[in-house]
Amino acid sequence: MNIFVCIKQVPDTETKITPNGDGTYIETSSIKWIMNPYDEFAVEQALLTKQANSGSTVTVVRVGGVKDTEALRTALAMGADDAILVESDDNLDSFMTAKALKGAIEKSGKTADVIFTGKQAIDDDCLQVPQLLAGMLNIPSVSVVVGCEEAGGAFTLKREVEGGALEVYEVKSPALIACNKGLNTPRYASLPGIMKAKRKPLAQHSLADVGVSDADRRVKYSNFQLPPEKPAGKKFEAMDEAVQASVVAEVVGLLRNEAKVI
Amino acid sequence: MVNFDLSSEQKEIKEMAMKFAKNEMMPKAGEFDESGKMPMDILTKAWELGLVNTCIPPEFGGTGFTTLDSMIITEALAYGCLGMNTTLMANDLALLPIALGGNNEQKKRFLTPFTESYKIASFCLTEPGNGSDAAGLKTTIKEDGDHYVINGQKMWITNAGYADLFVIYCTTDPELKHKGISCIVLDDKNVAGLEIGAKEKKMGHRSSDTRAVTFTNVRIPKENLIGNLGDGWNLAKMTLDHSRPMVAASAVGGAQCALDHAVKYAKERVQFNKPIAGHQAIQLMIADMAMNVEASRLLVHKAAWLLDQGKSNTELASYAKAFAADKFMEVATDAVQIFGGYGYSNEYPVEKIMRDAKLIQIYEGTSQIQRLVIAKEIFSRS
Repeated sequence: MNIFVCIKQVPDTETKITPNGDGTYIETSSIKWIMNPYDEFAVEQALLTKQANSGSTVTVVRVGGVKDTEALRTALAMGADDAILVESDDNLDSFMTAKALKGAIEKSGKTADVIFTGKQAIDDDCLQVPQLLAGMLNIPSVSVVVGCEEAGGAFTLKREVEGGALEVYEVKSPALIACNKGLNTPRYASLPGIMKAKRKPLAQHSLADVGVSDADRRVKYSNFQLPPEKPAGKKFEAMDEAVQASVVAEVVGLLRNEAKVI
Repeated sequence: MVNFDLSSEQKEIKEMAMKFAKNEMMPKAGEFDESGKMPMDILTKAWELGLVNTCIPPEFGGTGFTTLDSMIITEALAYGCLGMNTTLMANDLALLPIALGGNNEQKKRFLTPFTESYKIASFCLTEPGNGSDAAGLKTTIKEDGDHYVINGQKMWITNAGYADLFVIYCTTDPELKHKGISCIVLDDKNVAGLEIGAKEKKMGHRSSDTRAVTFTNVRIPKENLIGNLGDGWNLAKMTLDHSRPMVAASAVGGAQCALDHAVKYAKERVQFNKPIAGHQAIQLMIADMAMNVEASRLLVHKAAWLLDQGKSNTELASYAKAFAADKFMEVATDAVQIFGGYGYSNEYPVEKIMRDAKLIQIYEGTSQIQRLVIAKEIFSRS
């Protein structure tokens, strides 16, 4: 089975984010990058699927900057067989990213039997790439997957819907599965795994190599801003019973007219 | 040329080991400190991930780490829990004499099983009457046909209650002092005459297993002797050149952890209407702590780097061990001070770290012995 995993490198959740000079993106120079946490579930599920299907390979694909390749190396150290990096320091939109991933998978010479991704990236929260990629490849996709069982190239997938209920899908390979927290417990990259990872193949392509150009851009980013700072909270003294009625009236008035939440 | 950058693999090793320390060790450190039990699940998991026995060469199933790599791993594990790290680090201490001085047959017999499943080893040097004066040890070794016979008592032996393998320092004649010392491996824990004492109750490193070990006419095959009779002192010194920077690395990990706790708390704790991080009294303490942690780390890395370059590091190893241990004690004490009353309570993690810090100034050569080693190196040059 040819198993692909698409991963993204995102800023560490504890990193302080600031817009860059011209507001077209965030300042990336001082960011600590990590693998998108939802993508860790995708890598783990790919490795579990490989273990259950001898002779399978796991190829991990990423579109992004070349300066830090930790996320790809981590996936290789966890047990993926090879990696593909499509180099781009630009802030690509979802369409360009999906098209680049499609191009990279096709360029690998292997036909994807299954593609695992995270359900979303935690930086821009677009939730578009998995579905766009599946659409471009004309294969079915299921997202927010919390249960995955495979037998003979058919997947039984559980998907969380509102209220905690589960939908159950049956899809046949080839398919795209976008993973959610709770699907599995991602393994640690073992130290021998880390040492072996540096000898595993890592192919590098430009955007042009995989058929993506500026003409593919659907979204232009022009104005990144920090959210306005939250004003300090208001405190109301109402220990004295005599003033309680008027304090309650004041709070209700503020909630209605100022905060506009009721 | 000087380069302070870790390689990309070393960064990944550090990241992975820190992840393990924070997710697997730290949440359980308090519980095992209190119960004093060996956290076998956590230790086994650490072994499965390749964090243990870093000294085993790749020809015998090891991963092939540099000395500097093993410092990075030890720092991270000690960040998670000093006690658990002592258990794991003691394996390297015991296996190092074999890795450094054993013949290929011995390395294959003794080291390779440690790469196949999680096994535990003990380094037996110290005796009830001989700590700092290690060359005065009294445990004897005598030839008897194709065996050696060992008699004597060892004290403060880490891992003794769980060990599958013991590395024993003994002497053909106590009068010969360091010239009479030999190093032999006991790989049969059920051998007649081996007696393991009760678990010691300690101030810190409480989850690690420390006991007395008594040998009464214990017979060990001759092929288990590392090197020749009388090579033991040299082997011990070579071992300490590796293990002292490692112990210093554990001090760095513990100190970094204490510092991180103190910084976080200083930003949260409000006194006189502002977080205490805004008070200069606290700022000065935090700055001193940070300087000392980084200076300790640099000494550790240099002591390890020298070994990786094939150069003598005895003096630097003692710089690192004495400095890092003493500064760890200061940093841990200051972390408790910054936490105030809360720091003295075991509801917060810094009191355990302070108790753990004390041992680093004592084991593997006290801070005072390190200074004597340093002075000896200095005066032997002129």
